[in-house]
Amino acid sequence: METAEDFLMDIKLRAEGIQKSFVLHLQGGMVLDVFRGVNLIVHAGECVALSGPSGIGKSTLLRILYANYKPDRGNVWVEHRGEWIDLLQAKPYRILEIRGKTIGYVSQFLRVIPRVPALEVVMEPLRSLGYPPKECRLRAEILLRRLNIPERLWTISPTLFSGGEQQRINLSRSFIYPFPILLLDEPTAALDDLNRRIVIELIQEAKARGAAVVGVFHDREVKEAVSTRSFEIPTEKIS
Amino acid sequence: MTQTTPEGSPLLKAIGLTKYFGDRVGCRDITFDLWPGEVLGIVGESGSGKTTLLNLLSGQLVRTKGTVSYWMEGRDLVDLHQLPLSQKLYLMRTEWGWVRQNPREGLRMQVSAGANVGERLMALGIRHYRTIRREVVKWFERVEIDVARVDDSPETFSGGMLQRLQIARNLVTQPRLVLMDEPTGSLDVSVQASLLDLLRRLVSELKLSLIIVTHDLAVARLLAHRLLVMRQGEVVESGLTDQVLDDPHHPYTQLLVSSVLHG
Repeated sequence: METAEDFLMDIKLRAEGIQKSFVLHLQGGMVLDVFRGVNLIVHAGECVALSGPSGIGKSTLLRILYANYKPDRGNVWVEHRGEWIDLLQAKPYRILEIRGKTIGYVSQFLRVIPRVPALEVVMEPLRSLGYPPKECRLRAEILLRRLNIPERLWTISPTLFSGGEQQRINLSRSFIYPFPILLLDEPTAALDDLNRRIVIELIQEAKARGAAVVGVFHDREVKEAVSTRSFEIPTEKIS
Repeated sequence: MTQTTPEGSPLLKAIGLTKYFGDRVGCRDITFDLWPGEVLGIVGESGSGKTTLLNLLSGQLVRTKGTVSYWMEGRDLVDLHQLPLSQKLYLMRTEWGWVRQNPREGLRMQVSAGANVGERLMALGIRHYRTIRREVVKWFERVEIDVARVDDSPETFSGGMLQRLQIARNLVTQPRLVLMDEPTGSLDVSVQASLLDLLRRLVSELKLSLIIVTHDLAVARLLAHRLLVMRQGEVVESGLTDQVLDDPHHPYTQLLVSSVLHG
């Protein structure tokens, strides 16, 4: 039986007291309050679906967990190689190191250098960790096949791909390495049924190996298939 | 993006760096550390002091105030502005590289393409012709210039090739720090992408520290780990590249980011 201590030991990510607002200086300093007092703990092997109506800040929270957005207040603790680090206090090079080895993130946008072939784009996260080129290539090929990217596209830049193909390239990049923490922002938004089912499988496999997953899933079928619980973003606004 | 795992000390340390041209501010109170293997982007529009800052960092311009310390190979931190001229020049030829926006300023157009690359090795004291030739050929391949062009005059090269040649000339001595001033600025859009790809690969393979000045936010996003946003000679915002560009806090950064045209 799992003891309370085991449960605590399994924590991979802990967000505490997160408050976020945007100050729009070009709109006369208009302030958009998103949320405050957000606390979220994520354990190994679970998949937390961020929920709530559109505009409540689900993607914003996900981006904060990746240190892409800077909150006004709060801490995001992640376990990185056995050490607890507050992402919001960490130096830039440290955050990059954590993103390279600990946190994978699937965004809805693919940002790559034009003219770099898809295969290399997918290999890159492994290559930058120093894995031998052969192994990187092999693993990239396996994922591209699995996500049904036709082989004739592998040598072409994904900037020329359709939205669904670009999303599968993004997914391949994030599933090529077994990140302990995975953040997924609508990972199946542009996908057909077949590929959606494959993404569900990939997420299930990640959970099974102990990844802590947090996601925004608009697709109800995907959400029901992969999430172990929902997390409502509190609606209480900053007064 | 490459992983940067700094050890020990920053390679370069600027503290309160300030330059006035008479009453006009060139740069004011610039403070930052550059770690080994880190790519620092400096963004801002023309006239914001980006190039002045590069000139100050390299000691080409006399500072008004502040210090630039550099961790010299095998030595301690040295104050760059107090280094004797001969040592400064030696650094520029060996441990530092400088890639100019206009490759014609960074190359010697009257000697052959190969000599442009070989020269820097000779400055290091390498005299053996075949060793130099071998390195030159290796670098031509690395920056993807046809080796058959090695004895040609750079005058016969296209803009993109000249920029590649300038990069080879700078990197052949395996510098620790490279300064780049708008490296893609003078190029056609069609060759910018392949040059960016080349730069990114070289930076990560050679574990270079790079300071890149650019007004092109897309270039900054693809190459830089960290950004300094400059306006009227001051740093108004700094941080991780994607943080600064995706969640800009300063009014000027918000203006820059929102002014980008999406083609």
